Amino acid sequence: MTEFLQFTLGGVSFGMVYAAIALSLVLIWRGTRILNYAQGAMAMLCTYIALTVITHTGSYWEGFAVALAAGLVLGAVVERTVIRPVENKPPLNAVVVTIGLLVLLEGIAGIIYGGQYRSFPTAFSQVGLHARSVPLGISRNDVFVASAVLVAALALAALFRFTSVGLRLRASAFNPYAARLLGVRVGRVLTLGWALAGLIGALAGLLVSPNTFLYPSSMDSIFVLGFTAAVIGGLDSPVGAIVGGLILGVVLNYVGGYLGSNLVPIFGLIALMAVLLIRPSGLFSVTHERQV
Amino acid sequence: MNRSLRLRLPVVAAAVTASLVAAGCGSSGSGGSGGSAAASVPGITKTQILIGSHQPLTGPAAPGYSEIAPAANAYFQYVNSKGGINGRKIKYTYLDDGYDPSKTVSVVHQLVLQNNVFAIFNGLGTPTHLAVVKYLNATKVPDLFIASGCDCWNNPSAYPYSFGWQLDYVREGKILGAYIKQHFAGKKVGYFFQNDEFGQDGVKGLDMEIPHSQVVSRQSYVPTNVNIGPAVAALKASGAQVVVSFSIPAFTALLKLTALKLGWNPTFVVSDVGSDPITLAGLLEAFAKKGGATVQGNQLTQGIITDGYLPTLGDTGNSWIALFKKVHDTYDAKAPFDGNVLYGEAVAYAFVQAMVKAGKNPTRASVVKAIEGGLPQGASVAPYDYSATDHGGIMGAFIGVIQNGAIVQQGSVMTTDTTPSGPVSPFSGTQPAAPASGMP
Amino acid sequence: MALLRHLAAAIVAGAVIWAASVQLSPFRDFQMAQIAVYVVAIAGLSILIGLSGQISLGHGAFMAVGAYTTALLMTHLNWPWWAVFLASPAVAAVGGAVVGLAAARLHGPYLAGATLMLAVALPSLAVQFPGVFGGDQGLSVNVFAPAALGANFPQTRWLAWICALAALITLVILANLASSRVGRNWRAIRDDPVAAALAGLPVGRLRVLAFVVSAACAGLAGAMLAVTTSLVSPGSFTLSLSIALLAGAVLGGLGTLLGALWGALVIVLVPTYVTDVSTSHGLSGGVAANIPIAAYGVVLIVVMLIFPQGIQGGLRRLVTQFLPTPPTHLGSPGQRPPARADEDLDSPYRRPPVSEHQEEGTS
Repeated sequence: MTEFLQFTLGGVSFGMVYAAIALSLVLIWRGTRILNYAQGAMAMLCTYIALTVITHTGSYWEGFAVALAAGLVLGAVVERTVIRPVENKPPLNAVVVTIGLLVLLEGIAGIIYGGQYRSFPTAFSQVGLHARSVPLGISRNDVFVASAVLVAALALAALFRFTSVGLRLRASAFNPYAARLLGVRVGRVLTLGWALAGLIGALAGLLVSPNTFLYPSSMDSIFVLGFTAAVIGGLDSPVGAIVGGLILGVVLNYVGGYLGSNLVPIFGLIALMAVLLIRPSGLFSVTHERQV
Repeated sequence: MNRSLRLRLPVVAAAVTASLVAAGCGSSGSGGSGGSAAASVPGITKTQILIGSHQPLTGPAAPGYSEIAPAANAYFQYVNSKGGINGRKIKYTYLDDGYDPSKTVSVVHQLVLQNNVFAIFNGLGTPTHLAVVKYLNATKVPDLFIASGCDCWNNPSAYPYSFGWQLDYVREGKILGAYIKQHFAGKKVGYFFQNDEFGQDGVKGLDMEIPHSQVVSRQSYVPTNVNIGPAVAALKASGAQVVVSFSIPAFTALLKLTALKLGWNPTFVVSDVGSDPITLAGLLEAFAKKGGATVQGNQLTQGIITDGYLPTLGDTGNSWIALFKKVHDTYDAKAPFDGNVLYGEAVAYAFVQAMVKAGKNPTRASVVKAIEGGLPQGASVAPYDYSATDHGGIMGAFIGVIQNGAIVQQGSVMTTDTTPSGPVSPFSGTQPAAPASGMP
Repeated sequence: MALLRHLAAAIVAGAVIWAASVQLSPFRDFQMAQIAVYVVAIAGLSILIGLSGQISLGHGAFMAVGAYTTALLMTHLNWPWWAVFLASPAVAAVGGAVVGLAAARLHGPYLAGATLMLAVALPSLAVQFPGVFGGDQGLSVNVFAPAALGANFPQTRWLAWICALAALITLVILANLASSRVGRNWRAIRDDPVAAALAGLPVGRLRVLAFVVSAACAGLAGAMLAVTTSLVSPGSFTLSLSIALLAGAVLGGLGTLLGALWGALVIVLVPTYVTDVSTSHGLSGGVAANIPIAAYGVVLIVVMLIFPQGIQGGLRRLVTQFLPTPPTHLGSPGQRPPARADEDLDSPYRRPPVSEHQEEGTS
């Protein structure tokens, strides 16, 4: 029984990281109808920047803040330079461009920082927590991870619902033509959307890197699972992203624990196909299905 | 789109082959055609020995392993600065295969067919090298000192040109297993191993020594999945008091971190592959710095039991460490002086030994014969077992404990073989000192 | 007839390749065999994406299926190479049917996601059942040139011959398929599935057929890879292989068979060239090894932004620039400006119909 508890809580911790990646993917998808395959690589680069700052100043929070800012800037720059030309083209162009970006960023990280595994610090203790001397399998840092993602998601939701910026973001996503007619600077709003996604991606990188170590391709598998979580939850739904991430994290932890580490990707595929066969646009999608 | 296939395809085919021909003519000059045609041993000229290798410089296996080839090259440059071997300088061309066997085949074909290397040296990785071992033996290219602990290279009848070097994983498992059997009799043992030939061979060796009733849990991991929380939880739940880990350094570090998270502190016995204290301290450093305390990564590695077949890095009184450190500081200073660098230099030394023994006019066949005639013990703590019927390499190791960030030897060097019944026995000889000139 | 034209072209090309393989060094022969492998795989993927409009990020998985089929048949049943070259695509085609059926309901990024997970998950099956699939170390495959050619015949030349033969036959079949009714139906469901359904085309079945054909090509390519590499192990079928196939298809020019050739050339020849250049400039091994990776990314981005129709599209535009322009229907006095990429009715790069955006609601 303790095992089950440990698996569940551990799964929540990783699951929230998948949820963060999924959330950033959903943000970009809703705004520009593009899937950003480079999201993980962008997060990785921001995390490296954070590590450089932390090594120089010794302060975790400074590095944290710089990484988030770097995420904002990187997201905006990428949208402006590389994504803008392919926004109105068929989806395949964006797929190839973002994959090219992924490869480019990993190559750059390899050149600047080298391929060695780097240890990444945490803000809080990683010693396990106990509940009445039963080890829970998570640490104070894991609690921080889950809360940070939750706070980010809530902040984002509040931004969308209660601010005019959020209204503009929603309008541009729903109908860019009408929004333009109403005076919304759609281009700027899309850039903002990518910037926010970059910030959340950087957050995910910061939160997960202590457990995966940091190296150029460290975010690859996290991205794949975050992507799967986004698809499971439905690419249009931020709530779906969080729920999808949690479900995936917990289920895969059970698989890893009870069945063996090697079966995790296979079960990820099974989970994905199971959801998509029942609801081809994800669990929380509200799309009208095309019958063709 | 396809209507013009009629004319296009032959034109294009001609263009492609023309470009290949042009490229081929352009670059066929590289390689061993510097001297007179009479010599015609591939890769050997009056002034140069050209060898090649396939290494994971990028990709999942790059961290750590990518240091080995530059370190070997550093030692070769040292030898070259002393005039080389019989007047020939060593040129070492190592190409990236990204730990992908298809790329390995590509790269090795290029080295053999285009660069005309004399030999392939220290090809790294078991699945990667398995893709080329048959080809190398069929084309009679010496395949020296493969960087893999698989005992599959030790097969002189099938692979007469291939030689292992490092202590193979089955032997390592037996040596660790014998130590556990002796010092932890009656305690519950759990295995944590990489789910490939490295971990599986290690487990095979362990099982040859540790009684099956003692083993309460066997958990494997794959390098692509860093979430080993469930596996470690399972080990803890089984009540294991000793955990034997055949893991690479990243996963040894993760194992320790996860165990701490579970509030669990068993005795860890870790394979040489994953126990380099410097690498581990680096990986655990951020964790150790937590809370502002100046806790060293060393405290987290304290007490880990491991084995070693090369002298320990902290043993500055050892003549080999002194020699290799000097070479490292001169030619490879950017890399940290850790286990991978030591490995690279030690195996490079073995190659130079073999070439010196092969004489003034080495050929591919003569260098093979030279090794089969036996190589004197070099930097390793146990001798080589090379003979016409044994292409294995180093046959033993010592057991050590990590204390204050360095491995401290416990007891004598143990040697063994790869059979279930072969005993694990102490080695009574001593390691010869490094030659004063730094060259064999 | 189209078939005869294609066959004639293939025979001429085959003669040229045979002549070249005899002239070139064994290493170039080996590279020819490698190029043939990728031509087959990329051609299949190009047909899937370019003609039927479905995206797959998991074709590496189908190559793995073909490769393991080859290894198992040769190891356990001693089948000769031509038999496994027929059996492997068949087995992969079955896999393609399964995936195609599952994927027929999925669109765009959902299909991409499913195929991505497939590429990631399938190789771990080999590790899960090591008794059958050889685990991480893989299964070995041995193909030798027939004794009739003499003991000194270079093995790589034999490999180049059989791979080139397989590639040419595949290209002829694909060319015929693309210019037949099936090809036209695929283009119809790619451009407007609703209209195609209204016109009576079985959209789902056509989609599955496209998957079956492209999976069969990938399976054959896997068999060819097994034969040239002589070892089949999961390390050769990572996600990067699927991405490389996609990149090759796009760089070469989607939907065109010659594009598959360009893409294959780029994948096989460019990385080694770039590494050579960077090591000869004295960059350390680690940095030099990362430069081709970064360069690869830059090339993908630049090509997509500036030449979305890939090399083949660029070549075609060059050629048509020099041909006399036909008079326009409206008889306007000036020269008709060259077609924009998204106006080419045959191209998969057309803008999607506006309706697609407004169909999906918000949540």
